[in-house]
Amino acid sequence: MSSSVLFDTPGPRARRNVLIINVIGALVIVGLLWWIIAGLAAKGQMEASQWDDFIQADTWTDYLLPGLANTLKAAALAIVGSIVFGLIFGIGRLSTNPLINVVCSVVVEFFRAVPVLLMIVFFNIFIARTLEVSSNSAMWAVVAALVFYNGSVVAELIRSGVHNLPKGQREAGIAIGLTRGQSLRLVEIPQALVAMLPALIGQFVVILKDSALGYIISFNELLFYGRTYSSPNGNVLQALIVVAAVFIIINFTLSKLATVVSRRLSSRGVGKTREGAAAVVGGPAGLEAVEPGGTAQPDKDE
Amino acid sequence: MDNYLSIFTEYDIPGALWVNIQLTFFAAIGALILGTILAMMRISPVASFAAIGTSYVNIIRNTPLTIIILFGVLALNGQLGLNLGGGFQENFFRLAIMGLAIYHAAFVCEAIRSGVNTVPLGQAEAARAIGLAFMPAARMIILPQAFRGAIVPLGNVLIALIKNSTVAAVGSVSIEASSVMKDMLDVRADIVIPIFLTFAAGFVIIVIPVGLLTTWLSKKLAVSR
Repeated sequence: MSSSVLFDTPGPRARRNVLIINVIGALVIVGLLWWIIAGLAAKGQMEASQWDDFIQADTWTDYLLPGLANTLKAAALAIVGSIVFGLIFGIGRLSTNPLINVVCSVVVEFFRAVPVLLMIVFFNIFIARTLEVSSNSAMWAVVAALVFYNGSVVAELIRSGVHNLPKGQREAGIAIGLTRGQSLRLVEIPQALVAMLPALIGQFVVILKDSALGYIISFNELLFYGRTYSSPNGNVLQALIVVAAVFIIINFTLSKLATVVSRRLSSRGVGKTREGAAAVVGGPAGLEAVEPGGTAQPDKDE
Repeated sequence: MDNYLSIFTEYDIPGALWVNIQLTFFAAIGALILGTILAMMRISPVASFAAIGTSYVNIIRNTPLTIIILFGVLALNGQLGLNLGGGFQENFFRLAIMGLAIYHAAFVCEAIRSGVNTVPLGQAEAARAIGLAFMPAARMIILPQAFRGAIVPLGNVLIALIKNSTVAAVGSVSIEASSVMKDMLDVRADIVIPIFLTFAAGFVIIVIPVGLLTTWLSKKLAVSR
């Protein structure tokens, strides 16, 4: 608070006022929570019978854990795929060859502007009908859509990471006789990747969240299993809360990891980009602002 | 070619995209109001308010949008009987707007907060040094700068919201773009790629002007420091 731009360090009277408002605020929260829980209880939603499915082992071993395994599998494939895609197209956008540059730019901008769900629905039918892949086609549709979208975001991260490196890095590379490409590969990209690591981890959260879109095309991931399991038992509300809690725990851990990594990076000197860049994408402030669906447009903030 | 062009007469593609724009418009208003309130709570010196704001953002931001929209339809509407009025379709439409607004409010909150963070501490100190009280300082010095700093992140949230409006398909809004596209793909398996590209182009046309506008605005209104 003392470092807040809006508020001065409070004096005794301000502290007293803050304390009073604080107590009122706390009472309001407790009242609100009570209202929600009492409302749910009045509709019979807080009864043990609605919840005890989720403390039984076979609910987890038969439904939720296999679903979670599929979610994680799709997310892991999508993460690897988007890093590869991002590296190829990120380097392509940095190319001095105008043709490669334009092609890569068009691809990246296109896939960043198209909704992921649209791609999932398209790939689901494209893979199953046109390519005639019969096994796991829903999962591959989710993975493909996530790779194209998040790969484009990663490409932008790499590009802005390289752009924001001090100019001396490239000049030094060229001075010791590296070609432009070698300097990019050996000097600039590695540093950009390290600097962009927190934003990259933030993108993993987006991938994990968006994998739940597979529900629409009946990809048997965590949300789909939670829903199908609870429908006949009439406790979809409870199932959705449990499934959401699993997602929140995993994503919250990842977000915290990103914060820790970015703090580590700012305390060690290597791979640091210019200060402005850190504030936009690399640093904790930028990370907080990683958008839903990750439409990070870091380079536009200069 | 005629084969392809027939999809425009058989299906109302601009109409489907218009539904997404409507979803975006109403959800954006809701998200802006809720997000601003949350941002004020998060930056206030009152610990309990800040705690609510922080918990809201951490919970909502880490939940898939699919679950939030599904929660509105299956849990609130189906299991608890919440009805937002209007007809059958209208009710789902409103529930989807509610879900979209709740989800994106967390990101609006962070965008506004990051705008406030762009204002250097020296600005507040200078305001106090020339004798401005809290309200005049906030109104004339801090908030105008904070607002300008928040344009780009807010624009990014709006772009994400436009794209995420397709997720309303989960909430049984069957007249929006991704649902209409799914129907078309099911029937016209011969022209799968042209259909996808048509819808994708629709979104590119909607999204790119928003991006250009925010970039232009942020450059025009940039605070030179």
